[in-house]
Amino acid sequence: MADQRPRPLQGPYISVMTNRTTNLLARGAMLFSVGVFLALVLNLLQVQRNVTLFPPDVLSSIFSSAWWVAPCCGTASAVIGLLYPCIDRRLGEPHKFKREWSSVMRCVAVFVGINHASAKVDFANNVQLSLTLAALSVGLWWTFDRSRSGFGLGVTIALLATLATQLLVHNGVFQYTSPDFLYIRSWLPCIFFAGVITMGNIGRQLALYEYKLIQEKSHQD
Amino acid sequence: MFPTGPGGRAKLSRTLTEEREERCVGRQVPLRLHALSATAAAAFKGREATRSPLSRSLDAPRRSVLGRAVLPDGRELTASTRMTLREQLRGKISAAFYRHGLLCASYPVPIILFTSASILTCCYPLLRLPLPGTGPVEFTTGVRDYSVPSHEPQGDLGERPDWYQGPPVAYIQQVLVKAAVSPWDSGLVPVDVFRSPLGRAFGLLEEIRNHVYSDSSGTRSLESLCLQVTDLLPGLRRMQSVLPEHGCLLVSPGNYWQNQRERFDSDPDLLRTIQKHEPKGLHTSATLRDLLFGVPGKYTGVSHYNRKRVVTYTITVVLSSYDAGFLGSLRSRLRQLHPSANCSLRDDHMVHVHFKEEIGVAELVPLVTTYIILFAYIYFSTRKIDMVKSKWGLALAAVVTVLSSLLMSVGLCTLFGLTPTLNGGEIFPYLVVVIGLENVLVLTKSVVSTPVDLEVKLRIAQGLSNESWSIMKNMATELCIILIGYFTLVPAIQEFCLFAVVGLVSDFFLQMFFFTTVLSIDIRRMELADLNRRLPAEAGLLPAKPGPLRPREAPPPPRPSPHTITLQTPAFRNLRLPKRLRVVYFLARTRLAQRIIMAGTVIWIGILVYTDPAGIRTYLAAQVSEQSPLGDPGGGGLPPHLGVAPVFRGGDPTGTLDIHAAPDATPVPENQSQGHDAAANRAGSAIAQAPPPVPQITWGAEDEEGWRRLSFRHWPSLFSYYNLTLAKRYISILPVIPVTVHVSPQEALDTRHPQDTRHPPPPPIPKVSVDLQTDLTLYKVAALGLAAGVLLVLLLFCLYRVLCPRNYGQNGVAHGRRRRGDLPCDDYGYSPPVSEISPLLLRGHSMDIECLASDGMLLASCCLAGQIRVWDAQTGDCLTVIPKSGFRRNSCSSGGGCWEQRDGVGGASSAAHESDCFEAGGGPSPPCDGLSEEEKWEGEGQGGPPLRRRPATLRPTLFTDQPDLTPLIDTNFTSQPPSHLGTPPRLGFDFGGLVERAYMEHEPPSPSAYPSPSSASSSPPSGAGPLQRRPSLGEAAAPHSQDRASAGPGGAAKADWESSVWAMELRGNLIAAGRSSGKLELWDAVEGSLRCCNDDGASGITALAFLNNRIVAARLNGSLDFFTVEINKPLCLLQYRGGPARSNAAPSTCYSSEDVISCQLTRSVQCAHQKPITVLRAAAGRVVTGSQDHTVRIYRLEDSCCLFTLQGHSGGITAIYIDQTMVLASGGQDGAICLWDVLTGSRVSHVYGHRGDVTSLVCTTSCVISSGLDDLICIWDRSTGIKLYSIQQEVGCGASLGVISESLLVTGGQGCVSFWDLNYGDLLQTVYLGQSSDGQGVRQLLVLDNAAIVCDFGSELSLVYVPSVLEKLD
Repeated sequence: MADQRPRPLQGPYISVMTNRTTNLLARGAMLFSVGVFLALVLNLLQVQRNVTLFPPDVLSSIFSSAWWVAPCCGTASAVIGLLYPCIDRRLGEPHKFKREWSSVMRCVAVFVGINHASAKVDFANNVQLSLTLAALSVGLWWTFDRSRSGFGLGVTIALLATLATQLLVHNGVFQYTSPDFLYIRSWLPCIFFAGVITMGNIGRQLALYEYKLIQEKSHQD
Repeated sequence: MFPTGPGGRAKLSRTLTEEREERCVGRQVPLRLHALSATAAAAFKGREATRSPLSRSLDAPRRSVLGRAVLPDGRELTASTRMTLREQLRGKISAAFYRHGLLCASYPVPIILFTSASILTCCYPLLRLPLPGTGPVEFTTGVRDYSVPSHEPQGDLGERPDWYQGPPVAYIQQVLVKAAVSPWDSGLVPVDVFRSPLGRAFGLLEEIRNHVYSDSSGTRSLESLCLQVTDLLPGLRRMQSVLPEHGCLLVSPGNYWQNQRERFDSDPDLLRTIQKHEPKGLHTSATLRDLLFGVPGKYTGVSHYNRKRVVTYTITVVLSSYDAGFLGSLRSRLRQLHPSANCSLRDDHMVHVHFKEEIGVAELVPLVTTYIILFAYIYFSTRKIDMVKSKWGLALAAVVTVLSSLLMSVGLCTLFGLTPTLNGGEIFPYLVVVIGLENVLVLTKSVVSTPVDLEVKLRIAQGLSNESWSIMKNMATELCIILIGYFTLVPAIQEFCLFAVVGLVSDFFLQMFFFTTVLSIDIRRMELADLNRRLPAEAGLLPAKPGPLRPREAPPPPRPSPHTITLQTPAFRNLRLPKRLRVVYFLARTRLAQRIIMAGTVIWIGILVYTDPAGIRTYLAAQVSEQSPLGDPGGGGLPPHLGVAPVFRGGDPTGTLDIHAAPDATPVPENQSQGHDAAANRAGSAIAQAPPPVPQITWGAEDEEGWRRLSFRHWPSLFSYYNLTLAKRYISILPVIPVTVHVSPQEALDTRHPQDTRHPPPPPIPKVSVDLQTDLTLYKVAALGLAAGVLLVLLLFCLYRVLCPRNYGQNGVAHGRRRRGDLPCDDYGYSPPVSEISPLLLRGHSMDIECLASDGMLLASCCLAGQIRVWDAQTGDCLTVIPKSGFRRNSCSSGGGCWEQRDGVGGASSAAHESDCFEAGGGPSPPCDGLSEEEKWEGEGQGGPPLRRRPATLRPTLFTDQPDLTPLIDTNFTSQPPSHLGTPPRLGFDFGGLVERAYMEHEPPSPSAYPSPSSASSSPPSGAGPLQRRPSLGEAAAPHSQDRASAGPGGAAKADWESSVWAMELRGNLIAAGRSSGKLELWDAVEGSLRCCNDDGASGITALAFLNNRIVAARLNGSLDFFTVEINKPLCLLQYRGGPARSNAAPSTCYSSEDVISCQLTRSVQCAHQKPITVLRAAAGRVVTGSQDHTVRIYRLEDSCCLFTLQGHSGGITAIYIDQTMVLASGGQDGAICLWDVLTGSRVSHVYGHRGDVTSLVCTTSCVISSGLDDLICIWDRSTGIKLYSIQQEVGCGASLGVISESLLVTGGQGCVSFWDLNYGDLLQTVYLGQSSDGQGVRQLLVLDNAAIVCDFGSELSLVYVPSVLEKLD
């Protein structure tokens, strides 16, 4: 329908372009805020377990001493959320699987649930914990994503993020309260992976939404 | 022109035969299964694509026939051999689902009841669970072999909970004191019930504090064992005076008086002191009173209305370490001091209570986050529910399904012995998310997408079976995943998975039974609503629910004409309300504020009543517990006068018996002043003679663990005052030490405070007469109960009125939710005052109307019978009738000719003609001054055009004072059932009323010499009419052959009566009619005379266009003929007649009736199209034709030159629109709509909008409106070709469209026309045309210049004025 309609290209094209940048910004901002929010909340969960990445004394210090953690998570989530639809477009295979907000919400809920479980549930040992978390994360991916690109990106980013965390710890920027070094390392990648999948899901949905919006807007023009 | 009617009709009739359907359904299943398993989607799509109204109506029966034919069992067998196991399974599953769907939809109510019952049953075990969250857990051990548990977990003790490690926070030792003044003396005042018993607490406290136990290991006192507390929390200054701040944590009622007997004794009002520390308002957790008394407030007995006269309280000792020896000696010491005779409390068990952690802010944030996510999930899920009657209802049902499945799961797990250890509130969102709402949504979607015209149960069944496979697959997958989770061997995850599995299963059960049934009810409601809307009968016109909800007292107003339009005032109609107004309307409509205030008030009152310490509740409770014989099994407080007393007297005589005993034992003066020592002494002496005072204090099982009756936050709050948390820790509660205290009346008197006798409220026992007193209390209770009941009823009534304001303020027009589709003026259901007008029904045609033409002033219609009628578009009067048959000329050649002489008046010679006329036929019509035959022949002889059968008539001014009755004359004899020869003539026409009315409207007839028209006209119906008409009929006995012969020279100009009219146009006064025989006839619209006839072409005329003086006729063979209408002024005729034209001739005529009109074929384009021309439109000097051969051609009107051939459609052209602005829109059978530039012949845009033919096209200046066979109305932007929106209409509607103004669209439906706001697509109004409920479809719809619309309605025409638009045009 769109191709057969002769219409002046100049005006709407420019408006679409400007729209696209603003949309990009809006999407980024939204993803950023979601990331910050989730980081704060999940940190609270971890704090209760006393395995937090930064010194406890939690409620008072969570907004002060570790102020940079939440923005970092927000930025990362914005990048990831924008990266996913971009990669989808580059690969030329638009992601069609369960493109609904309800599904996205379900995904977010499961992600929070994984965090919750890792924070609250008492596992017998660390191997069990990491195995369970890994299974849950892969289950998350299978349930809500099922794209190879998503899996690859998730694994890559999870590994990179774990590496970065370890480097930070190594350089003494912060340290774990719990001395169990292996312990931390075992659950971190899974959480990162699940987070990447979740943020990618949100980003894709947002992109879809914005795309629709652009279309409608151009229709109205 | 599309057969939309039968579909609706068939549907209506089909719903009746449910039973038959039932049988058909049963046979239908296997066939359907096969189709499903093989190509479910394709078959479904195919059905959708090929559904036409007609085939749809036949659908069900046909299918059943097929099913019968195919069913024989061999079919299934052969199929199954080919099918794989998977397909077999699939087929079986969908068969089961299909049957289940039928079941659910057939018996909705029993199934819902059954489901509710099972939900309740499964949830029943939940009652035994503590509240989720922080409920404590208990563990019981024996006292004798108790040792403090070690810190290391011991694996061998399986039943020992894992929290039972290490020493407890504290040991609680309660000393339960039951004290009573015994025996009771009638001279005592109510305060005595508790003053001295409470006073005993101080002595007990001393005893406990000073108790020392010494054995070999040393000497131990309470000081060394008890829990030492230091400071109260800083925020509790208020309690500083009553709670111990240093030393042992030892609480008792004595704390109210700082454990000092002197303060107690000098306290004038004990109750006020106790009451002083009570918090106001609703309190759920432990109060100070509970803390100090150690038993719930209502069991203490410390009140003025204590009938049992037993005071219960505890002295709570909190120990930090356990010393069996010390506790044992304390117990024995207290027993020794205060023996409890009939006490059989067990003291061998101690209970350890473990408290869960408290939820703090840090935990609350994630919790709240998960809940927010949960709600977002539910919101986004339920938002997808669409196309149902009540979106909210279904969403609620979905949520209920999930929630109750979770509850069922927990309940079932509890039933089978699993105690939930997880924090329910914490895992709940995850459970919901895991179980999910997806299946419910899929079900809804599937059911909704089944064909609408199917029966409800079939729809449900089909929808279920369509989705059965995917549902089962998803379910199996989820179960597998969860089962994998079960093998993680992490207890918490295992528990979660267990709940999830059971929840999934129960959710499936609920989906299948509960939700499906609710869905079927919803769908049925929708169908009913549809039916209601489709019925234009009273159901749709009288207020929606004429039944129970209509106020009875309002007598139905003079029955409104059945075809009532209600049109909103224009201010509301075209207004898009701003948001804040919408909010206001929303508030006004739902009466939200009122309801909230009402509910708030009720709750507030309830709280007040409930929490009022000395309020009606306690009073009533006291009264009732006293009066009821079954009130208390203890029976100690039973007054003796109820006749039960003698029983107790022997077995368990109580102190209260003395009330009874006193009067008959010793004549104690009954109205003795209270507190009188002498009286008391005398009473005491009376008691001495009474049976030995056995204490009324009883010990029951409920006293054994009295702390259970306390709030479970009792201990945490007590400890929290000292900044000790019990979260994740436990306390051990030791068996209580029972202490029974009997206080002698003398002691009670001694401890009495002087003010006790002064201040206590009037004792509720008037000592005048026991019987009278009981009667009074009974009456009081009865009166209070009655008042409360009346109040309750009133309150409920008010609530009902508030909550169900269906009829509230409604004035004849219902604006309930059901009518929302019918009568919305805006989206918000707010219905502003309406103005009502009626459509005008133009009756007269005997058969369905085929063609409709109008030029604004006149309206011409042609029915299937071939009769053409001309109506005044303003008033709806029938002006002319042009009948079909040759009957007309029969009568014309006979004397009855004056019947059909319409308005011709004989001019100067009319007198003679008139007399002739009267002589010849006795024509009854008053202006029967028609022309005689001679004149006609004369006219023809004068060389008038050969086409003319009759010369034009003159309109003399002779009868100007007479009303013009010509419109009333009905020459339509054929509209009556033809009364053939020999048959007795039917009763004549009743002209009387008609003519009378005309005269009334005219000025009153002057009593002139003219024969009174009324008498002349009204006489025939009274019997003369038939007689007078008989000759004409008789003369017509030799009918047609003679008639033809006599036609003479006019033979060539004969109207072609045999063929039917296929196309008709009306311009000025001329009706151009194209016949199936290929003839083109021009009729005078006013006179009803044939002015011209052209039969140059042989092929039937399918379409006509009449523009200026040209007529374009499209023929069946694809040729296009251009005619020119020439008007010659016959001067001689004018001179001869000499009369001027009638004053009230039709104003729009561009030629007078005297003119000689000829119609000449100027050009004939033989092969304009390869196939029949379907559409022909002319405007702006262009003629546009559309044909079956997929092309559109544009001709110039002047020279009949073909300008363009437009190709672009891939189907036959079905609709064309062209207007003065040279915009051409065409729609074809391919569902495409093309916009063309007529000047250049280029295609402007090309859109696909419809599945199936485009049936109608209309343009406004900004948009193009199309309707298609798919019952969709699409509105396109005209310049860009973008679809703005579309309106889904009911089945079988929407073939006809009209645009009244830029923003008002009118569409025809089943027996109704609907007005739409074009800007927003809102349905403004639905106007029902008639009361016949057969759902005649409106197929043609013309918009007149005066903002009226004309549409055909079966054999009637309907003229609807749109007043608001009139105003707008003005």
